[in-house]
Amino acid sequence: MWRYIGRKLFVYLLTFIVAVTINWMIPRFMPGDPVQSMLSRAQVSDPEALEAMTSYYENLFGLNAPLYEQYLNFWAGLLRGDLGISVMRYPEPVTDIILGAVPYTLALLLPAILLSWVVGNRFGAFAARSKILDNTVLPVGYILTATPYMWLALLLAWSLGIVAGIFPASGGYSFSLRPEFSWLFISDLISHWFLPFLSMFLVALGGWAIGMRNMIIYELEADYANYLQALGAPRKLIRRYAFRNAMLPQITGLAVQLGTIIAGSLLTEIVFNYPGLGSLILDSLNNRDFFLLQGVFLFVVVGVLIANFIIDIVYVLIDPRTRVQMTGGSS
Amino acid sequence: MTSVAGAPGTADSAGSPEPVGERRFSETLHFARRNPKLLIGLGIVLTFLLLGIIGPLFIGHDPNEYVGPQTQPPSGEYWFGTTTFGQDIWAQFVYGLRSTFLIGVFGGGVAFVIGTAVGFVAGYKGGIIDEILNMITNVVLVLPAMVVLIVAIAYLEARGLFVQGLFIGLTSWPWAARAVRSQALSLATRDYVDLARLSGRRTWKIITTEIAPNMSSYLVMSFILLFGGAILIAAGLDFIGLGPAGGVSLGLMLQSASQWSALQLSMWWWFIPPGLGITAIVGSLYILNVGLDEVFNPKLREL
Repeated sequence: MWRYIGRKLFVYLLTFIVAVTINWMIPRFMPGDPVQSMLSRAQVSDPEALEAMTSYYENLFGLNAPLYEQYLNFWAGLLRGDLGISVMRYPEPVTDIILGAVPYTLALLLPAILLSWVVGNRFGAFAARSKILDNTVLPVGYILTATPYMWLALLLAWSLGIVAGIFPASGGYSFSLRPEFSWLFISDLISHWFLPFLSMFLVALGGWAIGMRNMIIYELEADYANYLQALGAPRKLIRRYAFRNAMLPQITGLAVQLGTIIAGSLLTEIVFNYPGLGSLILDSLNNRDFFLLQGVFLFVVVGVLIANFIIDIVYVLIDPRTRVQMTGGSS
Repeated sequence: MTSVAGAPGTADSAGSPEPVGERRFSETLHFARRNPKLLIGLGIVLTFLLLGIIGPLFIGHDPNEYVGPQTQPPSGEYWFGTTTFGQDIWAQFVYGLRSTFLIGVFGGGVAFVIGTAVGFVAGYKGGIIDEILNMITNVVLVLPAMVVLIVAIAYLEARGLFVQGLFIGLTSWPWAARAVRSQALSLATRDYVDLARLSGRRTWKIITTEIAPNMSSYLVMSFILLFGGAILIAAGLDFIGLGPAGGVSLGLMLQSASQWSALQLSMWWWFIPPGLGITAIVGSLYILNVGLDEVFNPKLREL
């Protein structure tokens, strides 16, 4: 058991190293010179200023040192928690800016993921029960899961936010308020949080419901289900067994879908101008702030790694078969 | 589940390939023609596909050109209205459909090929190969596709449709690999696979003849999901502003609508059609997918 967890940790550590390496490589090995492209976008015409800026950026990236040294410097900076200085909000370090945005993203992501997973699984298992339900309720699921996150967000912002005016359609809290621990601020925070949350919850819900419905049907054709039926077991019992077996791929699915849902939260945040990582990405793109962009990338990767590890442990605790296979019972 | 009489199982079709194959094909067609999910899904997808192919032929001007009066709601002349700049939204829509299908086929295709190959080999072989492939899969999987794409494409100078599709394919295969792997893992320990292994068949043969046919519906499902996923990812990238430069796509339409405050101006005709197009295409792909599943899998027919 501990050996298994240790090995998983090793895999994730390796993944982290690869992720950092990719993050380091992208600006250096992509076709085109990032310094040049940054300068051309800045549209500096004075040749003297251009030269000064070129050398400034090359120093900033550490492009003058040999490659292996650049790589080690990158790691050294990373381990000191130094992701560089933001160009967009100049003297502020990238780490501080990101840490300020992370709570908003987490506040959207965690409830949306967990609630949609639980509700979606129930909903899907329920719909797989009869032909009428399957044919009437499930199309809603397909449509929801096919909806681009930003489109549902736009629709909700427009209908409930602007036309009906029930919820604020933009920002993390009202401009007139300052972050403080008061009832007024918290209720304002929640009313701003609700629409982005609802939009993410709905899109994710459809996917889980469909996944569960497909898995249940898949499980119902399995030998054990047929055998139980041949024995004359009640349908309810067979479905309960099928549900428990269908849960397993859904847990793996949670790990697989994390990236998509995070991407969805970024898009949703952009629509609602919600002050999380998504808006940060958009701002950094618009301002050519590559340090900030890469910092966000690393933060998201670390978050996903931690979540994956938690899901792995949960999976091992639930499914005894993986335990057997992992401790050498295969082949 | 009373399908003992009619349906031949997938396993026992090896005896006399010609007639059985023919019978199974006509049988499949028989059920395909009577499956409403399949027909509706296919119908909608084909309608949009045709619209994307034929529609642009009837439009004489560049979709991004400022042709009409500004901020017009839908009318007889401009079917979907015009933008704040006087661009014809209908023209943008049909051109956008075209690029949507292209990105789906290309991005989804690349992802499917990589994903299934990795998944089968990892799931069947197990051991050290599985460990290595799984590690690669994990690496690509935890790198959230969209965020990697944002960072990579942000540095990219020339952004075309195919570059975008290639990048999407290269980053979105892992979940398919994992799904195929977990299925192959459970199938690899079945008795008939053991038997094939004992009889000394080659690995590739066992994978293609014993394992893959038993999860063919799963593979079809994977491709369709990848196709739809590529469309959604591309739309997301376009929405952030990393779409093909100077191009037209449904995601770019959403981006410009949101950028030029179509929401605040209540220009619903600007942001509803592109999103509706994406949702309709991807949604009917999913429904088509379920229909196919029911056609290919006799046990699903009388649920």
